[in-house]
Amino acid sequence: MELTFPTKPYRTHGGAAVPHHKNTAQAESLVMPVPERVVLPMQQHVGAPCTPLVKKGDQVFVGQKIAESTAFVSAPIHASVSGTVAGMEKVMLPGGQVTDGIVIESDGQMTPWAELHPPKVDTLEEFVDAVRESGLVGLGGAGFPAHVKLRVPPEKNVDTLIVNVAECEPYITADHREALENSEAVLDGVYTIKKLLGLERVIIAVEDNKPDVIKVLREIADNQEMDPKDQVRILPLHARYPQGAEKVLVQACTDRKIPAGKLPADVGCIVMNITSVAFLSRYLKTGMPLVKKRVTIDGSAVKNPANVIVPIGTKIADVIAFLGGYREEPRKILMGGPMMGLAVTSDELPILKQNNGILAFTEKDARLMKPTDCIRCGKCVANCPMLLVPTMLEKYAERQDVEALNDYAVMTCMECGTCAYNCPAGRPLVQSIRLGKSYVKKAGGKK
Amino acid sequence: MDKLIVSSSPHLRSGTSTTKLMLDVIIALVPAAIASIVIFGPRALLIIGVCVVTCVLSEYVCRKVMKRENTIGDLSAVVTGMLLAFNLPVGIHPLMAAFGGIVAIVVVKQMFGGIGQNFVNPALTARIVLMSSFPSPMSTWAQPFYYLQGSADAMTTASPLGILKEGSGAEIPGYLDLFLGNNAGCLGETCSLALILGGIYLVVRKVIHPAVPLTYLAVVAAISAIAGRDVLTELLTGGLMLGAIFMATDYTTTPITLKGRIIFAAGCGILTMLIRMFGSLPEGVSFSIILMNILVPYIEKLSRPKPFGSAAKGKERVKG
Repeated sequence: MELTFPTKPYRTHGGAAVPHHKNTAQAESLVMPVPERVVLPMQQHVGAPCTPLVKKGDQVFVGQKIAESTAFVSAPIHASVSGTVAGMEKVMLPGGQVTDGIVIESDGQMTPWAELHPPKVDTLEEFVDAVRESGLVGLGGAGFPAHVKLRVPPEKNVDTLIVNVAECEPYITADHREALENSEAVLDGVYTIKKLLGLERVIIAVEDNKPDVIKVLREIADNQEMDPKDQVRILPLHARYPQGAEKVLVQACTDRKIPAGKLPADVGCIVMNITSVAFLSRYLKTGMPLVKKRVTIDGSAVKNPANVIVPIGTKIADVIAFLGGYREEPRKILMGGPMMGLAVTSDELPILKQNNGILAFTEKDARLMKPTDCIRCGKCVANCPMLLVPTMLEKYAERQDVEALNDYAVMTCMECGTCAYNCPAGRPLVQSIRLGKSYVKKAGGKK
Repeated sequence: MDKLIVSSSPHLRSGTSTTKLMLDVIIALVPAAIASIVIFGPRALLIIGVCVVTCVLSEYVCRKVMKRENTIGDLSAVVTGMLLAFNLPVGIHPLMAAFGGIVAIVVVKQMFGGIGQNFVNPALTARIVLMSSFPSPMSTWAQPFYYLQGSADAMTTASPLGILKEGSGAEIPGYLDLFLGNNAGCLGETCSLALILGGIYLVVRKVIHPAVPLTYLAVVAAISAIAGRDVLTELLTGGLMLGAIFMATDYTTTPITLKGRIIFAAGCGILTMLIRMFGSLPEGVSFSIILMNILVPYIEKLSRPKPFGSAAKGKERVKG
């Protein structure tokens, strides 16, 4: 079947016109000076936690693998600074689970590991193995190990790579800056993945609130030499939350619907975040694994919002101190954007691989309206991108009615938060739905 | 650092609230309120005032007695009061109006759990209770602008639908009079112009979807055209405009999906015309909306959206 390139996005359902707050989009990213110590939790991805390969007192260098797991769905962890392993420390991740973290005291030298070398990637198999070794996880926020995504069985007939530059979360501009500051690497990564996976269509999907990104990427993508058949194109998306959500994005780009419980590969697509693609391009050239990350620091409690490139494992407090500290006492700190980000308990937490933003808010913005009774206005139903009935899911979750929760497809919810954002009664719809999902899982999953 | 607030995402809200929505409905009702005062005199204002005050007081006392958080701040009781008044003839005794307000709030709304929980429209149910309790005052219509004629007692007349029903041969007011509200009827239902203005405001503010009242009106128009009745008269008389714009669009007592709401409105249209043509009452808007209110759970089942990517039944789930 001939693959076509849409000139405008296909219709997707619902969503919300959230404010953009892209305050940091136009400023060059700053580089964080070497922190005194970093903490690298053993779980920075979806899947099995890693086991440490180093012990207290060991000398480590930037890029050295310090923890790994033999499980398929996992990603190894690398030292992000050079220095000495000071020991292990319990870290409470934003999801609430407690994991071990390797503490490295930096020597301030940032000496790269001597054994780093560009990986040999002549075949797809070698490429996917190399991606695993790089420690790459989905950098859009979910943290799904990238090699799992790329290891698609041939019978899936993957024909399309979608590069996700939607960045539909308010405030976050890390991908925006990546596109502008590393546009060559982005396109280089695109061509490499396209070649290795034998793809004939690459759609770089950008929300139309980033005209500068569209312009810059278009200039490079229209490259006769690299792309003689014009198989790499930019698709401007409507800037409507949640355009960047995988299922919504695949539909907007290809008009294919991912069935419930399936992955993009099941409809022939691979979705990769732009920063992931650019990282892979650099990794294949240098062999330097995922040890640093661009993070948007913003929110009403932050004095000088900016994008900062930080070694993974740097304390949130250190990064904010580097930017001049807080403007006002923060009362809520988020890892990720305000729609799907996780509220953390302390700014002592380290920056994780998949973090693209740290937002700190003052008292005024930290408090949400008090919930009142549902008035059945139907806004949650009308705007749900997954065509669910959030208010009913909430009721069934309160009753712990697993059968009804399944009947109303609770597991299809991607927790984008559009329902709760629009709710005039301020109902904690997503929270209830998460509870509902946990009841379904406890009862043995969907029948 | 003080303890950080940890809560579930999303951490951002659109800023809308129940109070703001209700305020929009009140604003949308203001033109019809002004029209009613112009057409039926200061007594209209008295009736509106009595209904609003009784509704708000009833809600306050009810919540107090039930030891629940007070909800008069959401302004929904004000809306109920205004709508109830709009459904009463101007000559009604204020105590009867107050009784209606108590029925609407205490019996219909609070006894079922308060805002969002009542399964029928409080104002319409109260109107029906009043019609059964006080049939004569509830069907005594004052002539428009009677208060300007210096008479202490309201001169009474028949409502246009009453004339149609009885076939007495009395003259039905012209279209312009019907449109501007220069005809007998309940307080807030006669002036179609004011009601339509309110409806446009609600559509612009995205409080209601235009498809709902338009479906109701279109079905009424279609049936009356088929039945050989005068379409414009049917549209401009009785409680149709008020019902279609403000009652058939009530969130709580209509289906939660747009598709369901359109089915609901179509059902209202059919029932209204059935009652007007074959019932013993001249008007059927109240009953048709209440009857459809009761069918809401079934319409909702029929109109449930199909979840994104949902498979045909029996397919097993692939672990993601």
